[in-house]
Amino acid sequence: MSTDSIAWPSTSGASLPAVERIHEWVTTVDHKRLGVMYILYGVIFLVAGGIEATVIRLQLIRPHNDFVSPEVFNRMFTMHGTTMIFFAAMPIVFGFANYLIPLMLGARDMAFPRLNAFSFWLTAFGGLLLYFSLIGANGLYGAGNAPDVGWFAYAPLTSQTFSVGHSTDFWTLAIMVSGFGSVATAINILVTILCMRCPGMTLGKMPLAAWMNLVMAGLVILALSPLTAAQIMLLIDRYLGGHFFDTQAGGSAVIWMHFFWIFGHPEVYILVLPAFGFASEIIPVFSRKPIFGYSVMVAATVAIGFISMSVWAHHMFTIGMGPGLNTFFVFSTMVIAVPTGIKIFNWLATMWGGKIQFKTPMLFCIGFLFQFLIAGLTGIMLACAPFDWQLGNSYFVVAHFHYVIVGGILFTTFAAAYYWFPKVTGRMYNETLGRLHFWLFLIGFHLTFTVMHIPGLLGMPRRIYTYEPGRGWDTWNLIVTVGVFFQALGVLVLLMNLFRAYFRGPSAGSDPWDAWTLEWSTASPPPAYNFAEIPRVRSSRPLWDQKHPDDPDWRYE
Amino acid sequence: MQMGGTGRSIKAGGLSICSLLFWSIATAADTGSASPLSPTNIFSPTSTPSHSIFRLSLFVLFVTAAIFAVVFSLLVYVVFKFGKKAGDDREPPQVYGSNQVELAWTVIPILVVVALFMATVRVIGDTEKYAEPSTAINVIAIGHQFWWEYRYPGFGVVTANELHVPVSDPTQPTPTFLTLLSAETDHSFWVPRLAGKTDLIPNHPNRMWTDPHETGLFVGQCAQYCGVQHAKMLLRVYVQPRAEFDQWVESQRRTATVDAVASEGRRIFESTACINCHTVRGTAANGRFGPDLTHLMGRDTIAAGVAANTDDNLRLWIRNPDAIKPGSLMPAMQLSENELDAVTRYLETLR
Repeated sequence: MSTDSIAWPSTSGASLPAVERIHEWVTTVDHKRLGVMYILYGVIFLVAGGIEATVIRLQLIRPHNDFVSPEVFNRMFTMHGTTMIFFAAMPIVFGFANYLIPLMLGARDMAFPRLNAFSFWLTAFGGLLLYFSLIGANGLYGAGNAPDVGWFAYAPLTSQTFSVGHSTDFWTLAIMVSGFGSVATAINILVTILCMRCPGMTLGKMPLAAWMNLVMAGLVILALSPLTAAQIMLLIDRYLGGHFFDTQAGGSAVIWMHFFWIFGHPEVYILVLPAFGFASEIIPVFSRKPIFGYSVMVAATVAIGFISMSVWAHHMFTIGMGPGLNTFFVFSTMVIAVPTGIKIFNWLATMWGGKIQFKTPMLFCIGFLFQFLIAGLTGIMLACAPFDWQLGNSYFVVAHFHYVIVGGILFTTFAAAYYWFPKVTGRMYNETLGRLHFWLFLIGFHLTFTVMHIPGLLGMPRRIYTYEPGRGWDTWNLIVTVGVFFQALGVLVLLMNLFRAYFRGPSAGSDPWDAWTLEWSTASPPPAYNFAEIPRVRSSRPLWDQKHPDDPDWRYE
Repeated sequence: MQMGGTGRSIKAGGLSICSLLFWSIATAADTGSASPLSPTNIFSPTSTPSHSIFRLSLFVLFVTAAIFAVVFSLLVYVVFKFGKKAGDDREPPQVYGSNQVELAWTVIPILVVVALFMATVRVIGDTEKYAEPSTAINVIAIGHQFWWEYRYPGFGVVTANELHVPVSDPTQPTPTFLTLLSAETDHSFWVPRLAGKTDLIPNHPNRMWTDPHETGLFVGQCAQYCGVQHAKMLLRVYVQPRAEFDQWVESQRRTATVDAVASEGRRIFESTACINCHTVRGTAANGRFGPDLTHLMGRDTIAAGVAANTDDNLRLWIRNPDAIKPGSLMPAMQLSENELDAVTRYLETLR
């Protein structure tokens, strides 16, 4: 099945003039190039969001600091949240889905290649629109500004009365435009997975990453729609005299919260399910065992998908919903811990009895398991509504969701970056630098986000640009800020490692990890058409079957 | 692999540090006295609702710590035990799953969830369904950008930023019930030692209650982002013995004292924009946008707890509020030095 000999057509020559090479990338409909562009685009915004986070942390390094003004601080945390969720995490997740899914399914491309390109450019322009607010939001005649309403933009702070100028409009439009792109990509992923699998690959024999992306795509369609509706309602309020969220005219601030969080909580799973997908591909390969309980993993994923649509109001335990609704959302939120716990147990069981290779991707996956365990447990604390009346909107919550997003999603994304880098570029990264990145980031992560729980327990609310001395928060905040520099250094090592490997790394070959899914059966980098011959599979580990004809998987499935 | 050893020791170290911290924060909070760690420690409760949250949180912390210990040990064991040995290139036995094991780790978490759920529901009921006794004090708290207005409808008292409530004897409770309103954007009332937080949302009145078991000053701050100066919207609750509280109410019910030495300041106050926003009961000033100043000198702080109520701070606040609280909605009054002195002197007579 090896197609190593088949080269990338037409573009291989460095002889092409730069302008034509750029033209090829801009006009491409190839899922691999779009995937790479999504990821690179996401990385640019990851760095931007990281810089914003650094400004936030420098301001909070000591009480009564005046590194930035309150106005700038408020813009920073708004931009940080919006950037990281919509323009870093989602593009990166979509980028990996784009790149990997057709390859894993044995397909030549996504189902709708041109829609795919269209979605990418919508997302890209959405991000540019958000950052254009820096110069355009007050109109070009005035000093610029950026949105400052927080990433969940609670009404009525977003009304014309409290948000003058156009910063909120840039925020609204950026999210709306990129939302259209996200929904289109989700439809594309859904159709690709349902219709483009190679012969023999039934739903029950897909790689788990495909399953998790399938559920993710369903959630995107369900969750992004109410968000877009809410943005349109907000625009109507701001420009057409509507009163949906205008509390002075009988509108409801609470309705916005419901609209936002019925997007906002599934969004967590939109990001974390693909991360679970990475872990479910990487952990088996480096443990040299198949995933433990494939069908249970699928069931848990689908269960998470359904339950995640009914937990949103746990973000609203403090708004006075009354005991009935509070009880319901306590229940649904706790229930979702069960399938999530099952996943952690299955990953551990996959490692159990294996021969674990501690390569960089595996190190990041082990970090993920440790941190995601803690994130889940602090999640249970927050699910107890009365405990949340104390912890909600404090730094404890900030620490909790960064444990999910950084400790869970970003760690597995790093693992995925190292794991599939040889496939995407055909080059191998440097293992020592990879480990250096891991240790720097692990130390930085725990200095920042483990310690960050404590000021929350000591009563420090989020989104304050400064705080009083004498509250017992000073030392903790100092440590939290110090951790940021370790993380930044870690990311620098990653970028350096991958840049170096791209230009000077040793050749990786088509299957450096001795892995089992179809993407490793084609050349690295794969040719534009992916497979010279569409593969035919009999189990969920086609390359295992090929490498072990004496003991193939399909006998047991 | 050589990496395994360092990884394990660092992780184990991290674990013991964080469990130690959790534990010390929770236990250092000897209930009934202020925590040495922070005046806003949530594990240092001093009222019925904050106590029941505290008890629930100890239970939840205990359960989650147990889960953590089990799963973390499994992870450490797996990493220790199943590392690939150098030179061993054979594939391990391929195991695909086990229904019995899956069933076990589905059922056990469900049981844990049921226990946590029942404990939680009880505290929700105890707190949210608590019937208001006839001895309760009623206060309307109104969130403003960026200060708190308190109205005591039963006593005819209106004040700002410093809430006074009577201490509540557990055998004969005199709890304080707050009706939470907002003048414009969302806010949240959070004094961790007295109760969990409840939001103040425009057009969506909320209720909360607390029955402080000890006297003293309890602090907190706005916990829902409300605009530029969300950070400097501090909460101060003075819990007083009943007699002292009644005395405070008496003093607050009186209209403003008239002091001849401050007549010039009063003239300036009443002939400038001050009265558009501020009320001084018994005078022409009846604005509602800013805090009621009738008994300004009865308060320890100005600008929602941000600065001590001293002569210098008061004068600075009138001259340039941004120096104390940038983004505050109080405008710089553009008064001359003499006028500033006079107005400050007038305000200082409002006892």
